[in-house]
This record gives sequence, structure tokens and C-alpha cells, in this order.
Amino acid sequence: MSSKTKQILTTDGIPLEVSLKKAEKKNKIKAFLLVAPLLLFIIITYVFPIGDMLMRSVDDKMVTEMLPKTFKSMEKWDGQDLPPEEVFEAFYFDFQKLIEDEREGKLSTQLNYTKNGFKSIIKKLRRKSKSFEEGNYKEQIMSVHRRWADVEYWRAIKRRAPAYTYQKYLKGIDMYENEKGEIINVPEDRRVHRILWMRTLEIAFFVTVFCFLMAYPIAHLLATLPMKYSNLLMICVLLPFWTSLLVRTASWMILLQQQGIVNDFFVMIGLVSDDNRLEMMFNKTGSYVAMTQILLPFMVLPLYSVMKTISPSLMRAGKSLGGTPFVAFWKVYFPLTIPGIGAGCLLVFILAIGYYITPALVGGASGTLISNQIAFHMKSTLDWSFASAMGLMLLSGVLVIYWLYNKLVGIDNIKLG
Amino acid sequence: MSVNKEFVKFDKVDKSYDGKVLVVKDLQLDIAEGEFITMLGPSGSGKTTCLMMLAGFETPTNGEIYLDGNAISSIPPHKRGIGMVFQNYALFPHMTVYENLAFPLRVRKFPKDEADKKIDKALSMVSLQGFAQRMPGQLSGGQQQRVAVARSLVFDPQLVLMDEPLGALDKNLRESMQYEIKHIHESIGVTVVYVTHDQSEALTMSNRIAVFNDGKVQQLSSPDELYEKPVNSFVAEFIGENNTFAGEVSDISGGKCKVKLASADILANPISVKGKGDRTTVSLRPERALINPSDKMDNIHKGKIEEVIYHGDHTRVRINLLGNSEFILKVPNSSSNLDIKLGNEIKIGWNSEDARALDPK
Repeated sequence: MSSKTKQILTTDGIPLEVSLKKAEKKNKIKAFLLVAPLLLFIIITYVFPIGDMLMRSVDDKMVTEMLPKTFKSMEKWDGQDLPPEEVFEAFYFDFQKLIEDEREGKLSTQLNYTKNGFKSIIKKLRRKSKSFEEGNYKEQIMSVHRRWADVEYWRAIKRRAPAYTYQKYLKGIDMYENEKGEIINVPEDRRVHRILWMRTLEIAFFVTVFCFLMAYPIAHLLATLPMKYSNLLMICVLLPFWTSLLVRTASWMILLQQQGIVNDFFVMIGLVSDDNRLEMMFNKTGSYVAMTQILLPFMVLPLYSVMKTISPSLMRAGKSLGGTPFVAFWKVYFPLTIPGIGAGCLLVFILAIGYYITPALVGGASGTLISNQIAFHMKSTLDWSFASAMGLMLLSGVLVIYWLYNKLVGIDNIKLG
Repeated sequence: MSVNKEFVKFDKVDKSYDGKVLVVKDLQLDIAEGEFITMLGPSGSGKTTCLMMLAGFETPTNGEIYLDGNAISSIPPHKRGIGMVFQNYALFPHMTVYENLAFPLRVRKFPKDEADKKIDKALSMVSLQGFAQRMPGQLSGGQQQRVAVARSLVFDPQLVLMDEPLGALDKNLRESMQYEIKHIHESIGVTVVYVTHDQSEALTMSNRIAVFNDGKVQQLSSPDELYEKPVNSFVAEFIGENNTFAGEVSDISGGKCKVKLASADILANPISVKGKGDRTTVSLRPERALINPSDKMDNIHKGKIEEVIYHGDHTRVRINLLGNSEFILKVPNSSSNLDIKLGNEIKIGWNSEDARALDPK
């Protein structure tokens, strides 16, 4: 056969492909119009904010724009000794401009993030600079405070020159770039974030494990019970879903506190003595218990939907062929539920890794997660760029897990319901 | 070597699921070694329940089941060593054909080379050599069915149970599989208990058929006997086609009885009628009644043709005869039967021996 295939025409003489495209075009437009509102919604409420967050986390333009002349003159400065006169002069003019615009306070906040001690010397400089004379700004500025004569502080300013920075990401894993441009760990006593990351992973992992261990038998029961009982059980599983998250967390607080119901019960049956009540809240235990309970349905439902499709005759076949009930379960039933296990674990793990309200309420100091830290920077320190950086690190962590999962299990094997 | 006549024995077995209705009532059934026995019956007649009790997935409410002389009610299914073919094959979808067949051998700790030999043998028995590495999902329905049969036989069980194994196949495939299963049974001599609701399947395959209805075995006999000599109306009705007349016995003597119908008397073969005045249903196979019969026949009556349906090799004729407008005749398609036309009056005759007077419906 020749490689040239004859063009097929419709009865009207139009090439078949053209005709087909024309016929399908209408349907395609219709389909697109149907999803357009959602697409628009997602772009506005998801893609833009995430993009903005990404920008914010690396954006360092503020200082760059506040001290344009200074950074230009600093280009030639090697950073070894104190900068030359023209740098001081440029800094003086930039600073005067900021005073006019009343923005020197912001500069001091920003520079203080880079190096502690800027706040007071900028305040002092502002006061003294009113009486500065023209010329020899180096001497005049250095005489305001001895830190202005310290090369470290000028290096700190120079580090803020680039419009974009990855400093916030380094800070997120307790590292920073020192004056010489080396990336090093922060002192051990100030490493908070790594502990939080590890704890977040640890809690998310164990919550996933607990959820799996508890959900598997429930889902199995749900899938095998006769309809009238399984419906009732299903309602029991879903009931927590219909209750507010806050109410559920609050009820765990009532149950778990030291004078709470669980402790009362333990004391009553003599498991613990009255003056030695268990601390089950405001620590990891609280986070484990409450998060497992809240995330349980997310494990039960995918498992159930997979188990429902497994024919009971498969287990029977396994047994009739000579497998003990355990062998039949382990070799036949369990492998068939893996898609459900994968979906459930992925769902619970990803939800747990970004959990916020529950650990904030019952986690205490040792049970809080990275999301609580993000919220802290959003609300209290107002360091939004740092919060964004950590948010993005969390997001990329989730994407990495998703990618790993795809490599190991295959995303096509997932079954959500 | 004498054949064990009671290889499988159901002894007074009752089964109830809810404590109110007996699904199986006082079942007494012996199955000989090497026999192909079919449990045939409409759905809900208890045949599958019997099979499940034998396999060990249900326990008898009362009575005992013996396998080769041993009571097995307390033995769990995996220790019974019974092969089973399920209705929807129940192949393990995550294992290849090879792994499916290896499963019963692995749990029995067969060495690998011996297991491989057995798997090869089983696959060649169902002519599926070369399919070992396929997944069940890549096979057609008929191939899956064969794998299921091979898997149930690969560990050389003495007894194989088949639960409507051909139900999901199309007609042609079903027929060829029937022969295939029959041949496998003949070549390896395993005892087979087969459950189906398809009477033609039962007739072609079995040594003996147990017809189930209402939790009881209605008749247990060979296919020809079942068809020719049904012992009650249910069996007559359930197996093959059947013409019936309902009437009352007016005389009984010399191996014949006279049955009084609404418009005439007919002679019949008394099977389950005892004496005068008994109500009865007379059963007559369509092929035992002839058109324009010879005078030797002791029942000759006139009927009017109400419907003629052409079937190729034969013609089905519905006749209004003695008040029964559903009387069916099967007329071979030959040139001598050309006067069969709608509305014609014709003579129908049959021997009283073939008209079996059974219990009233």
C-alpha cells in the first residue's frame, strides 16, 4: 500500500475530516461554555491568589525602591571595608526623600528583619539628619551612632538590593544567608521551623495510620452488611461530617481535659489516681485523637467504595481453593482494596498536613503544626511574605507527595468513589 | 474396584435462613463417586443452598452431610478440598492466569516444578496453553470460564462443584462449553455436582439429575427417565414441553385408567392415581401425539388448528383439543403434512401408555 491515503469525502463532497470537525465544533463550544463559569471561578479564586502568594514570597522590591540611589552607588562597593563617600551621600538623599514621604518607619522595619538594631539608629538618624550640613556625609552619618560606622550594617543594607529574594524560604527551614553569602543554619536554640515541619509530617503520618487501622474494618463491615444495617452504620460514619468542625473539636476538649469525662472515667475505674490525671490535651495526644476522629470519614468512604465492588465470591473462591481465611484475605481481598487504601491515605495525609483549627485548639504548644505557624505570621507578625513562603513550601510538599505516590502506586489506581 | 455409591451423602438436611421458612426440607441425596449429578430447579428452589452447604459456606440447620464417609459440617471450607466454579467465575482479577491456577497449589505447598506441571496440564485440558501470563480482564467470557474450570481442577480434588457456571455465556458458547465440561468429566473421572436452572444443560451433561422445587428433590433419575417418565406434574411441566388435561379418574383397571374430562373421556397411564374419583393431571409430550394416526392408538380425538408457527425443521401447531386450547404438536417438516392450515379440523391420536396421569396441579 502506498503511504498516501486517499482522502475520504462525504456524500456532499466535503473532506470527511473537515466535516467531522465542523460537526464536533458545536458540541465542543457547548461543553466549554458549561465549564466556563467554574474555570473562571477557579482562575479568580485559586490561580491568582496562588500566583500572588508566590510573588509575595520572593518579592523584595520595597527596600529596592526606597533606596534606589544607594543601591546604584553600592554596585561598585566590594563590601570589605566601609563604603565610600558617594554611598553615604546617596543614602542621605534617599533617606531625605523617605522622610518627606514619611516612609522611613517602613524602611526601619524592613531593615530590622535583615539585621536587628536598625530601628533605633534610623530613628536617631532621622532626628539628627535635619541639622546635617552639605558635604562629607560619611563623617556626619557615622557620628550619629557607632553602628552606622559598622561595616556589618552596610552589608546588611546591600543584601536588600535585589528585587527578589529566597531569604524567606531559607528562614522557613531555619537557615539564612550570612554576610559573606554563605547559607548556614541558625543557632540551635532558635530553630523552630524544622521542628514544626517534622512534627507536621509525623502527626500527619500517624493520623493517616490510625485512620487506616480504624477505617478498614468499618469499611469492610459497611460493604458486607445487609443494606438495612449498612445504611445505619453509614449514617453513623457521616454524622460527624454534618456537625461543625468547631463543635467537634470543642467536644473533644470537654472529653480530654484534665477534669474531663475521659479522665473522670479513668479515675473511677482506678486506672489513674485522682491527683495524677492524664494530660491528653494541649499536647500531641490531643492533636492525634481529634484529628483522627475528624479525618476518619475521608478514609472510610474511598475504602468503602472500593470494597463495595469486590465480589464476595472472590473470598469464597480463595477459601474453596484451600486458602485459610487469612490467606484468602491477604492474597485476594487486600490487594484488591489497595486503590481505596491509596486514595484514603493520600486524602487524609494531605488534609492532615495542612490542618489548622483542631491543632490550634487542642494541640497546645507541642501539638501545633506548620499551618498554625503560617497563621501566626499572617495575623501577628504581619510578615506575609514569610507566611506565603511557608505556604508555598507546604504546597510543594504536598505536590511532591502526590508525585511520589504516582510513581509508587500510580494515580490511575486511585479510586475516590 | 467397587464404586462408592455414597461418596457424598445428604442425610436429612434442613436449612433455614430466618427461622421461619425452610429453604431445604429433609434432603436425602446420595451421590456416587465419579458421577456427574445436576441439581436442577427454578430460582429459590434450594439448589444453590445445597451446593453452598456442601462447599462449606452455609451450615445445615439440621442433619449432616458426609463426604467419603466423613461428616463435614464442622470442617471449614478451605479444609474440605472441594473444587468450585462460581457463577461469575470469581477469578482473582489482580493475578495472571498462571497465578490464579497456582493459588490452590501454593497454599498446599507444592514444589514449584510440580506445580508448573500441574498448571500446564490443567491449561491444556481447557485448551488455553499460552494464556498463562494474561490477566483475567484480557480474556473473553468463555476463556475466563475455562480458566475457572481449570483452577477448580488443578489441585486434583475428588469433588468439583459448579454453580451455574455457564449462565453468563451466549447460547453457542454455552453449548460448546457444555460438551467441553462433559468431556473433561469423562476423561478425569472426577465427581461433579452441577447447579443450573437450564434444563437442556442438565439433560445434555448429567448422569443423573435431581429436580428441586420448594426445598425438596422432586425426582432423582437419569435424563431420559426424567423426560420420559416424570413422576409428578412439576417435573413434567419443568422438563421439556408438556400438554396437560385436568380431569377425574372414572375407572382404573389393567394398567390403564379412564379420565373424565369436561367434554370426553381419555385413556391414560396411572402413575400417581390410586382409584376412582381421584383428581389428576394427565401429561403428554408433544412429540408423542400424531396427526392422522393409525387406528391402533387407543386415544383418537378431533381438534381445530388455532395457530401454526414455522420453525424450519419442524412446525409447531397449536390445537384446541378437548377443551384445551394450548395443546401443542410438533410436526416434522415433510411433504406429507401439507394440510396443516389454520382453522382445519384434524385427527390427533396417542397411546394411553404415553399419557401419564399424575398428581393434580
